[in-house]
Amino acid sequence: MVESASLQELSGKIRGGEIRSEEVMASAYDRIEAHDSDLNVFRSRLDRETALKKAREIDQRAASGEKLGPLAGIPVSIKDNICIQDPELNGSCASAILEDYASPYDAHVVERLKAADAIIIGKTNMDEFAMGSSTENSAYGPTLNPWDRDRVPGGSSGGAAVSVASGMVLLALGSDTGGSVRQPASLCGVTGVKPSYGSVSRYGLVAYGSSLDQIGCLAKSSEDCSYALEVIQGHDPRDSTSSDQTLVGDGKDLELQGKRFCLPETYLDPEVVDAEVIEAISEAESMLLKEGAVIEKRPLEFLRFVIPTYYILAFAEASSNLGRFDGIRYGVRSQKEANLKSLYSDSRSKGFGREVQRRIMLGTFVLSSGYYDQFYGRATRVRAGMEQQIGKLFEEFDFILGPVSPFPACGSL
Amino acid sequence: MEFETVIGLEIHAQLATESRIFCSCSTEFGCPPNQNTCPVCLGLPGSLPVLNQKVIEYAVKLGLATNCSIRSDSQFARKNYFYPDLPKAYQISQYERPICEHGHLEISTGEGQKQIGITRIHLEEDAGKLLHQENSDSSSVDLNRAGIPLVEIVSEPELSSSEEAKSYMEKMHAILTALGICSGDMEKGHMRCDANVSIRPKGQKEFGTRTEIKNLNSFRFVKQAIDYEIERHREEILDGRELVQETRLWDSERKLTFSMRSKEEAEEYRYFPDPDLPVVELDTAWVDGLRESLPELPDARKLRYREKLGLSEYDAEVLSLSGEASEFFEEVLEAGGDPKQACNWILGDMTRMMNEKDLSLRKLGIKPGMIAELISLIQEGTISGKMAKNLLPDLQNSDQSVKELVEAKGLVQVSDEQELLKMIDGLIQEHAAQVEEYRGGKTKVLGFFVGQLMKQTQGKANPGVANKLIKSRLDG
Ligand SMILES: [Zn+2]
Repeated sequence: MVESASLQELSGKIRGGEIRSEEVMASAYDRIEAHDSDLNVFRSRLDRETALKKAREIDQRAASGEKLGPLAGIPVSIKDNICIQDPELNGSCASAILEDYASPYDAHVVERLKAADAIIIGKTNMDEFAMGSSTENSAYGPTLNPWDRDRVPGGSSGGAAVSVASGMVLLALGSDTGGSVRQPASLCGVTGVKPSYGSVSRYGLVAYGSSLDQIGCLAKSSEDCSYALEVIQGHDPRDSTSSDQTLVGDGKDLELQGKRFCLPETYLDPEVVDAEVIEAISEAESMLLKEGAVIEKRPLEFLRFVIPTYYILAFAEASSNLGRFDGIRYGVRSQKEANLKSLYSDSRSKGFGREVQRRIMLGTFVLSSGYYDQFYGRATRVRAGMEQQIGKLFEEFDFILGPVSPFPACGSL
Repeated sequence: MEFETVIGLEIHAQLATESRIFCSCSTEFGCPPNQNTCPVCLGLPGSLPVLNQKVIEYAVKLGLATNCSIRSDSQFARKNYFYPDLPKAYQISQYERPICEHGHLEISTGEGQKQIGITRIHLEEDAGKLLHQENSDSSSVDLNRAGIPLVEIVSEPELSSSEEAKSYMEKMHAILTALGICSGDMEKGHMRCDANVSIRPKGQKEFGTRTEIKNLNSFRFVKQAIDYEIERHREEILDGRELVQETRLWDSERKLTFSMRSKEEAEEYRYFPDPDLPVVELDTAWVDGLRESLPELPDARKLRYREKLGLSEYDAEVLSLSGEASEFFEEVLEAGGDPKQACNWILGDMTRMMNEKDLSLRKLGIKPGMIAELISLIQEGTISGKMAKNLLPDLQNSDQSVKELVEAKGLVQVSDEQELLKMIDGLIQEHAAQVEEYRGGKTKVLGFFVGQLMKQTQGKANPGVANKLIKSRLDG
């Protein structure tokens, strides 16, 4: 019942009193208690009784005829880098440096979820500060893929993807900077969406690469993702990069007849993309063709530059964004306080994992005088060029078709 | 060897907005440490800056008032460095695209007017404050000040003496306060400057080695510190030592500068555009609207005082440079005071009183209307100028009118000729010897009689009338 229903159906039934949130929650916690200890999905979560109590409150409100929000009584997880003010959900970013960090405020998306009467039950494991694509770079151990524990779940929102894939929640919020929602969703067999930059407020999302970070949804279907996006999207005056345009439609009534799809040739190159993935693309291609869509292959040269450009920009921004974790005001502070400089370096060396340190150092390098123009400046120009080319492409096409990841879930990276 | 001095100033001024540059916390002072804060100014994880539009308006006004071109695509950048008072480990500032550029203003120098170029004016946020605990090896951080909006105004290296630097700073202070965008309170650090100083042999093209004196927070310190630094440079050069390019601080107690850090330790700030803040796009019509609505600026004010009110060049300059004085002055005029007299009172006795009591003009507690009344009482001959001067302290914080005070003190001048003549005749009888002296040609003795009369009337005799009457009696 719970497994097959869509978010919309299920919350509708909870609002109508046909299904009790308490039942849904109990079944979620059965899954959590059975599997969380070995899959390592949650960084922090409510205990069963607290969660059930919140569910019963929803049921009582429904029973008293109160009008409830669109996610009434639905168990939801948020990624560990989304701020929530709840002493049971302390710690942040799966980093030792924020071991006991208690946020004094809720992220915009948390406010939205609460207003929609969702029940946030926990924060999911991730690559530390969202830096990685396997959820192995967590200071609290890796999250495992529920379909095959010898494979990674992807990342950095690996915990989020697994929380949905293993039936622990019906909706998970993750964050995506360079694939961190879409890739783990793909590797765990659930649906993940990175909405357009600016459509969901970043207020309360701990920044990694600010010009690329975006909160997205992971759920069992695109329909569920779209339903949840309705709740979290929209302008927020606290985020200056927040767009005042709303995302259009849920695609349910989309007519594919005559729609034009661009398929970049690189995505079919067996040198670059795994055979299994190419097969999946071809399958999608024939489905679309059957619906009357037009597919054109194009040699998009600029795709070669996407990854190096992403790395330079994201690392540069990260090196600045992560400066505030210095052991002075919150987080882990080194006890060896010889002087200010060593307080900083000891705290940061101890608090940050290797991958985070590597990215901070590279980001610091590409911004340093003498190298700025060669790296950061150049990456900015390349990005502007790509933006232009993609803009042009969308004059011709309605969609660009491509795989989320060049390979399926694999063993340890 | 003859040297010439090259000075450039970086002035930092706090903008008098109600809320901070990137959050809605108030800019009010005096809260207990860290009470007046929010996730944004605390730099907490996940918080984001939102630009206060008032800050842009103020900076544009300043740019327009200093003949700058206003960028329609200015941008904020992050200046990255670690310090405990900097909660994000970067300061949001402007780097490649400051809001205002290429301006200038005029200052008065010994050789007349001189134009000083303004390289740029950019916006930035203030940092917090470190509180060093006494008898403890720990320090605390107060972030109530973090995010207070600042403008940094960078001049071209076109100032050639400490006097010029001081005039430039006074002029900027006058503009900032005339625009109402800065309190100008230098004791509270609302305006301060860094001075870049170098000297070179007269005629040489290349600049000499420069040092930067940081955090000068009074006009006097600007002058003293620069004078000290020029002299230090001279001695170093003449003694054949090499000057070090470095940052120095002014010790106002010992009256000397001392080294803070040398250039080798200069920091790498890794500036880059802040991805959290979009480019500030300015609408030309909006900028034009601000240009139209600018208040009267010190230069225009000075011209009006000279040409319309007939003040001297010097008086007009001094009055127009002080927002407080010129405002007070105009209020005296509105209350019917004579401009020349009003100016004399403000720049003379009232300024002396301010210096003695270490109070600002308004804090003296003398209302502009009282000065106007004082002036007209003198003009009517009710009281003498000297009486008025003596009365000034009584006007402080008084709710009586000047006339009431004059009457209460029995200060009304005796101008009645009959009354005075009676007393003069008595004096002439009493002092026959002096009368003889006078009549024998020693006309200086006239002063003696005036003195005696004043003594007898306790200074209330109208001096003009007294002089005339005594003379006529003695001559008669
Ligand atoms: Zn604030």
